[in-house]
This record gives sequence, structure tokens and C-alpha cells, in this order.
Amino acid sequence: MITVEHLTKRYGPVAAVNDVSFSCHPGTVTGFLGPNGAGKSTTMRMICGLTRPSSGTATVNGVAYRDLPNPGRHVGVLLDASAQHAGRTGHEVLTVSGQLLGVGSARVEEILEQVGLSGAASKRRVGNYSLGMRQRLGIAHALLGDPSVLILDEPANGLDPEGIFWMRGLLRDFADRGGTVMLSSHLLREVEAVADHMVVIGHGQIVADGGKDELLTQGGLVVRALEPSALERVLADAGVTAKATRDGAFAVESDAETVGRVAAAAGIVLLELRPADSAGLEEMFLRLTSSGPPSSDGPPPEVTRPVQPSELDREAV
Amino acid sequence: MSAVTVSGSVRTDRPAPPSLARLAGVELRKMTNTRAGMALLVIVLLSEVGLMIGLMVAGDAEDLSLSGFFQIAQLGVGILLPVLGILAVTSEWSQRTALTTFALEPRRQMVVAAKTAAAAVLVAGVLVTCVSLAALANVVAPLVTDASGSWSLGGNVLGFAALFQLINVLVGIAFGLVFLSSPLAIVLYFVLPTLWSILTGLSSALEGPAQWLDLASTTEPLLEEAMNSKDWAQLGTSVAVWLALPFALGLARVMRSEMK
Repeated sequence: MITVEHLTKRYGPVAAVNDVSFSCHPGTVTGFLGPNGAGKSTTMRMICGLTRPSSGTATVNGVAYRDLPNPGRHVGVLLDASAQHAGRTGHEVLTVSGQLLGVGSARVEEILEQVGLSGAASKRRVGNYSLGMRQRLGIAHALLGDPSVLILDEPANGLDPEGIFWMRGLLRDFADRGGTVMLSSHLLREVEAVADHMVVIGHGQIVADGGKDELLTQGGLVVRALEPSALERVLADAGVTAKATRDGAFAVESDAETVGRVAAAAGIVLLELRPADSAGLEEMFLRLTSSGPPSSDGPPPEVTRPVQPSELDREAV
Repeated sequence: MSAVTVSGSVRTDRPAPPSLARLAGVELRKMTNTRAGMALLVIVLLSEVGLMIGLMVAGDAEDLSLSGFFQIAQLGVGILLPVLGILAVTSEWSQRTALTTFALEPRRQMVVAAKTAAAAVLVAGVLVTCVSLAALANVVAPLVTDASGSWSLGGNVLGFAALFQLINVLVGIAFGLVFLSSPLAIVLYFVLPTLWSILTGLSSALEGPAQWLDLASTTEPLLEEAMNSKDWAQLGTSVAVWLALPFALGLARVMRSEMK
């Protein structure tokens, strides 16, 4: 369980993180999404007690990170896979941390096996590791103390497709066994594949916070018919709002059964009837990435927390 | 993929925070398990051997004794070991391992204390090798030279040498804490005291008082096993300025600094 309340970090006049609140629950994977420079890493460092917040609090399992006795036994942290001594072998990195955590060498072997770095790979110096291998070592390091919470900053960076698939399975499994996972990414698709819960941050502020399904399917339905004009007419008659999309389909705000029945009653052939994709979230994401940071002395940013998913949708469609 | 074990909310064990002894063990391992650390220790060893051989070849007969060999070795150790102290701190920043170190042990003062304790253990270890090598040299010397071959090694000699090395290595750690950068800390560790001697040497009026702050000359009597009360006062003063002050400033910096 991770609880973040009104967390703020200012560097001079600039607020890198501004009044951020959210929580990550046991049994779920929370995706912490935002473009580069949005404040993801700063927020994660504040949760782990590595950066002192200007104001606000963050707790892990109900306790401030700094007050956890032997925190590595409660929280597995991977903030930067490259932040390891290049001159030590993978095996030595884990052995040193294992000594601090008080776990035996058998645990080190077990975890190396689990992340696919056992044998010769574990005896190579980290300086000779590929980024993907460093990520695996970083994940091994996070899991070493058998924690109940995982905090991972961009863990998929540098992993090949097979590695990304492996990591998804590992995180899903961890959460399904009652663990809490928080992982950050700047790629929506990457998080979509594994997260149950999404927290989106832009310019240091939370702009969306909700279940994945809630956020991704907020776009209603997409329906396409053999005769678009006929469909539009009967939908309007039935009181269903339909908006033509660029490729000749309609975005409707209704459920599939209603739309299907209306079409069937009029004898209209449907070619497609499905939930709209995450275009809304994606568009918001692109907007966050493209626009510059709000000026510090200008008017307050227009997006305030919390934003309801439906609002996001309307902005985007 | 094998199973990930998660105890989750049902976890009942409350692991105790790591003890200072365990942390010191970890830090000692980190000082010696990198190429830089290992290379420095090998160079320390070679410097001991080299200086002892040098003394054997060029020294007077009455200096070729157990304590003579032991004390000559201290000069090399005193120059090199502080670099290990500096690197023990600064490598955490240059290699960015501080991110991991302080995530696993958020009590940063404990990490600094552990590094200090580990340095003390290292000093003790190095002194043991010094005594062993000096004993070996003292066996060899009478066979090849007209050495006195005296086996006396007073408690003072050992104690003062330990204090000498401890002060030097702790000054190294203190410089590391203040600058948090390997090249900066190493260069300033060697340059600042020299600069101080040169500057104060320019004025004859300053020369006397300046000696109170010249760590090289205040620690020198420790190797001559003759410390009078003025020597102790000068040593205390210089240690306060070159060790206690930077250590306090550096600790404050580390406690406050942001890990990135």
C-alpha cells in the first residue's frame, strides 16, 4: 500500500511536483504515466525518502519510508538500473545488498535464476551489461528482500519484447499474490498491458486517476454500418447521440445492446460494434507531451485535480 | 518464470533494522570488492614492501629493526589509505550507488558511521600486515646487512601509528563527504595542506601559529613516538580543523542532499 498526500516539490520558483495525491493498493498494478519531465521520478524519489518534499507526505504500508526498519524487506525499489557500480559483478551487487538485508546467499542464487541472470551472466561486471540486463538485475535487486511493495521507475526501458513480456508476467503475478506494484512509464501502451490502475501526471500535477477500464473505455462505442446515413437516422430517432468519425463510423454514447437492437429493428447491417479505444487518454497524453510547461507566475493551469474520466473524454473526442 | 513470493498484507515478521556491525561489514566489502579498491590495497602493500627494502639498502644499521621497518612503512600507508577513504564515500556518487545505498538504509548517518567503522577495521588490517612484513624484513636484514635486528616494538609505536593512520583516513572520508566527487576530493586532499604550508611560509610571523594547523607536521611526532603536551595540543587543533570541521559539514551535506 502506497499513499501519497498533497506531495509538492519546489526547485526555486518551479514546482516539479505540485500537490500530488493518489494511492496504490495491494493486489493491483498501478501505472504511473507521464511524459518525460512530468515529475514521475521526483515523486518516486520522494516516496522512497531520497528527496525531501517541500510539503505533503508519502507513506508505504502506513509508515513514512524513512521510518521503515530495514525498508528493503518491505519495499523493492528500482529507480535507475544504471545506478550500479560498473566494476562489480551482478552476483556481487546482489550479495552486498543481501548482506545488508539479512537474506542468505541461497536467496541471491534463487533471484538470479528468476530474472534469467544466473550462471556466466552473473559473473560479468555490470559495466559490461546491456541496458536490458541491467534492468533485469535491477528487478532482481528490488525482489531480493521479498518485499510486499514494488516501486519501479521505467522498468521496461531497454528490455527486448521478450523481456517486456516476461516483466509483465512477473508484475502481474506479484500483484495477484497480494503485492502492491507501482511502475512508471512514458509509454501509454506499455502500461496499458499490465496495469489495473492508472495515475497520469503532467507538469507536476495529476491529470487523471482511475481504473484502467474506466479510463480507456470512456470513449463509448464505435459503430459502423453498411449504410451510414440510415444508421445515423435511426440512432437519432432512438435518442442515441452519435457523432460521425473521420473514417465513416460513429462514436456513440450508449451501450452495445441498445445500439444493436436499434440497428436490428431497422434491418441495418452492422460491420463493427465495439468499445472505443483509448483515443481520449492518448490524445490527452500527446497534449501533455507537446505543450511546454506552464509558466510559474502565470495563471494557474487549467486542469485541476481530480479530473473525471468523462471530462477527459469530452475534451478529446 | 519461477514463482514470486509475496507475503503481502499477511506478512507477520518485522525484520529489525541492520546493526552498525552489519552495515560496517557491508561497507568493508564495498571498499575492497571493486578494481579500484583492490588495486589501492595492492599498492599499499607494495609501498610497504618497497619502503622496507629501501630502508634495508640505504638505512643506518641502528634503524634496521622491527620498529624501524614498521615505521617506515607507515609513510606509504599514510599517503595511500586516505584515498581509499575518499573513494569509499565519493564512489557512491560517481557510480550513483548512493541511490541504492540510501534506499536500503535511509538512516544516512548510520551509513556514514559504518563507512568510518569500516575504515578503522581496514587500518587495523593494514597495520597487521605492516607488522608481519616488518617482522619478515627484520629476519632478512641481519642476513644481508649489519642490521641491529632489534625485535622491540613498544605499545606506543603501534598505538601512535594506528592513530596516525586513523586520522589520515578519516580526513579522507571527511573530504569525500564535503565534495562528493572523487577527483575534486582527491586533488584537494593533497593540494590544500600543501597550499597552506606555502602560503603561511611566505610570512615569518605566520610560520609559528601556522604549524598548529599543519596536519603533516602535527602528525609527524606520532611516528617518532615522542608526543609532548604541546604536540598533543597542536595535533588536537589541526584535527579539529582538517577532520572534525569538514566531517561535520560533509555529514550535514549528505543528510540534506537529494539522491538522483
